[in-house]
Amino acid sequence: MSQLPALIWVFAYLSLLTVGGGLAAFPELKALSVERFHWLSFQELIRFYSLGQVAPGPNMMMVAAVGEHVAGVVGALVVVVAFFGPTGLLTLGTGRLWRKLEGWRWRDAIQRGLAPVSVGLLVAGSISLAKGALIGWVSVLIAGVVFLLLIRTKINPALLVLCGAVAGLFAFGIR
Amino acid sequence: MAVSPAPPVEATLSQIFRAFLLIGATSFGGGVMAYLRSSLVEKHRWLDDESFVQLLAMSQSLPGLNSTNMAVLVGDRLRGNMGALVAIAGICLPGGILMFFVGMLHRQHGARPLVTAALHGVTAAAVGLVAAVAVQIARKVLTRMDDLAFVVLAVIGVSVLHQSVLVVLFVVGAIAIWWYRPRDEAPGRPAQ
Repeated sequence: MSQLPALIWVFAYLSLLTVGGGLAAFPELKALSVERFHWLSFQELIRFYSLGQVAPGPNMMMVAAVGEHVAGVVGALVVVVAFFGPTGLLTLGTGRLWRKLEGWRWRDAIQRGLAPVSVGLLVAGSISLAKGALIGWVSVLIAGVVFLLLIRTKINPALLVLCGAVAGLFAFGIR
Repeated sequence: MAVSPAPPVEATLSQIFRAFLLIGATSFGGGVMAYLRSSLVEKHRWLDDESFVQLLAMSQSLPGLNSTNMAVLVGDRLRGNMGALVAIAGICLPGGILMFFVGMLHRQHGARPLVTAALHGVTAAAVGLVAAVAVQIARKVLTRMDDLAFVVLAVIGVSVLHQSVLVVLFVVGAIAIWWYRPRDEAPGRPAQ
């Protein structure tokens, strides 16, 4: 229970960094939840993040699993509200303001400038995830095959992640 | 590109909640945007295509996930504050409950060798997934060579110099916004 205040500020802070996608905040999520507060191990965080990619809805619902891990039902609720509340309010306010900013010339500059930066943050997030998840050539192979299939075809990504589970069972589980 | 005023459609809070709950429960495999478009534009006709694209552009440049930002913006247009609240609650609820149980199950069974083996495969596949998403977004967003410089700067800041995402966002973001600052010779701006 004593972790609740820290959970609230960490996830409220993280949510403000998700420019371009949840993955942008991943390196910071690791720095805070693993290295600073020791709520879970890096491997556990990677597992939750990866499983979260299979879940329906917004792709960062994995924060509920982290909250549960730290403080049960209350932890999950607190984390979800902290993670989606502040940005929700910000979007509500900005959405109403946006129309008034129609003629403001910096508006396009902000959209234009933040786009490549958010791509960079997504790449950095992918690198951080890869460092923890790619151990050995089999995992590199699985990641490579999934990457190529997604770039070349329209296969449902959730299905490929489930195929990854089966591949993992055969490659690492059955000896 | 003016965001057109709210359309004259009637939507009750319960209709909004159910629509977003359904999207939150069925949008497996990312690409929530496709599910949102098919529900909001095609099925319920709460938005036309043009408004959808405009709200999407706004969602992408604000902090927060694109899907939850869309829920807030659409909910607000339909029924104000309460509309925004029920929309974001609806889209988050199914995945949130699922991941809550994933957290519980992982505590009980996460250490089993077969579970560990399967999850090893899942995390490897997730790396391929996020890399593909990054490449797909990059293809859409990056149109000029100078864009690439800001991508590289952001990656170096986070992955090489290990600076916090906040610092990188502010420093590289500020430089990039300045780079694309409004210029007076508007008619002479290069195309693209």
